[in-house]
Amino acid sequence: MASTLAEKIIAAHVGRDVKPGEIVVTDVDVTALQDGTGPLALQQLKELDLVRAQNPAKTVLFIDHAAPSPRKELSNAHISLREFAASTGAVLSEINEGVCHQRLVESFASPGDILIGADSHTCTSGALAAFATGMGSTDVGIGIATGKTWLKVPETLRVEITGEFKPGVYAKDLILHLIRMIGADGATYMALEFGGPGADAMTMSERFTLANMAVEAGAKTGLFASDETTHAFLDEQDRGESYRELTADAGAEYARTIEIDASLLEPTVSAPHTVDNTMKATDAVGVKVQQVFIGTCTNGRIEDLRIAADILRGHKRNPETRLIVTPASRSVYLKAAREGLLEVFVEAGALVTGPGCGACVGVHGGILGDGEVCLATQNRNFQGRMGNVEGLIYLGSPATAAATAIAGHIVDPRVEFLA
Amino acid sequence: MILKGKAWKFGDSISTDHIAPGRYFHLRTDLPELAKHVLEDANPEFASKMQPGDFVVAGRNFGLGSSREHAPRIIKIAGVNAVLAQSFARIFFRNSINVGLPVLEIDTSGIEEGDELEVDLEAGTVRNVTRDKTLAFEPLPPVMVKILGDGGLVEHFKKYGDFHLET
Repeated sequence: MASTLAEKIIAAHVGRDVKPGEIVVTDVDVTALQDGTGPLALQQLKELDLVRAQNPAKTVLFIDHAAPSPRKELSNAHISLREFAASTGAVLSEINEGVCHQRLVESFASPGDILIGADSHTCTSGALAAFATGMGSTDVGIGIATGKTWLKVPETLRVEITGEFKPGVYAKDLILHLIRMIGADGATYMALEFGGPGADAMTMSERFTLANMAVEAGAKTGLFASDETTHAFLDEQDRGESYRELTADAGAEYARTIEIDASLLEPTVSAPHTVDNTMKATDAVGVKVQQVFIGTCTNGRIEDLRIAADILRGHKRNPETRLIVTPASRSVYLKAAREGLLEVFVEAGALVTGPGCGACVGVHGGILGDGEVCLATQNRNFQGRMGNVEGLIYLGSPATAAATAIAGHIVDPRVEFLA
Repeated sequence: MILKGKAWKFGDSISTDHIAPGRYFHLRTDLPELAKHVLEDANPEFASKMQPGDFVVAGRNFGLGSSREHAPRIIKIAGVNAVLAQSFARIFFRNSINVGLPVLEIDTSGIEEGDELEVDLEAGTVRNVTRDKTLAFEPLPPVMVKILGDGGLVEHFKKYGDFHLET
């Protein structure tokens, strides 16, 4: 039977062909919790008297949402994660290590895996051809203790990408454009599968940006086939041995196929308060911005920081616009330091923070004031997202963010700085 | 069993940030306290004025966004009988079933704020007493009927010691 990537990965786990709509109970390869969802998961395991990890080396507890802890309640929540790791042998990712999804692709997720994480952006690892999906605390807690979960085999929406990005246009612009096309619920319960020559030509960093935001269209995961680009990425992480080639079969059945010509795209932003409320950056020019935030699991990788630094080099931020730069992980942070990027940001007037999720989720470090506007490279602009229901969030690429920080209002990065 | 209560109306795209705002992140280990802020960013009066047994009635894609299971938990702790919406986001829907909160997909366009509703979970119907109208909701998939019937996923596991779901 010709299978999509999602069907193929699930079928390999249950030992038979599967079709969309079927319910399966399957082994899981990697399980992940973070400090916002972990304590509740562990509480459920205590209630079930199941305080254990079936596969401790592939059970990872991330302290990233409130890192370092801004409050004693959160410090105590962190203690519960550290104690569980110590007693079960599960892996603890401490406050210095970074955002769970970046850490998962660097060190834990491999092609063909089923990965469940108690964080909606777990779909990021789908870019490595892993069936990676976000679930709640109880589902993931039980996955940790038993090594199993249940899944409905999803239908697949294929996104066929042709063409190459024009200068100043990036993967972020493509995914915002796609979410506009299909809507914030356009892929609910489905797997997204990105393919075509445009997808094959993308770097891993670009693929992670697309897969990361699959959930913003309601999707369960966002998959790419694995190829030499995947293999090279895993080699760089000293995990080349975990590579295997996985592609969708010719003739696989898709619920829907959407074609996108990357060469026709323009810099795109999402306006408040939903991700599918997008417009061309040129149509948002002039919106005054009090804060620019460059970072997160969507766009906080070294490639993103290089793009931002190339625009900011030799410039200063607008005096009325704060700039926060947050590398996604320790590894990204270290690379940025060695390449001199942190110096560029500091010279430009940025605050460079340690890796973490705090500003994006409104927990700490970048909470907006009443009526303030932020242009962020993150994945969500929901009302209240950055800690204040009166804040206004626009989403854009690292290039749009960097150019906006200099101008003090939203700009099309092509016009202002790349011409 | 017939659930009775009043409708609290919400719009489309109510996210988990509306339901359990990130600024109360530190209350996630104190759910009764977090429940005092439930849906605060969509309707600041809801938590203080709703009565146990009332219904949350919303538009499309209710519960989109983060995987925080705290969202359906605090809706339940606040005493909401069920959430009725045109459609739900996937993770919220699954979490609701796992924590034993009924989530019903139904045409909510004819329900207004304050309408008296009667929900019959077994019959699959919602009666709008105020407007004397009865509508059927989309039946839950069997796997979810099973988990919800057991009282949530933790109770399911207490009962069977494993997943007991395959169709």
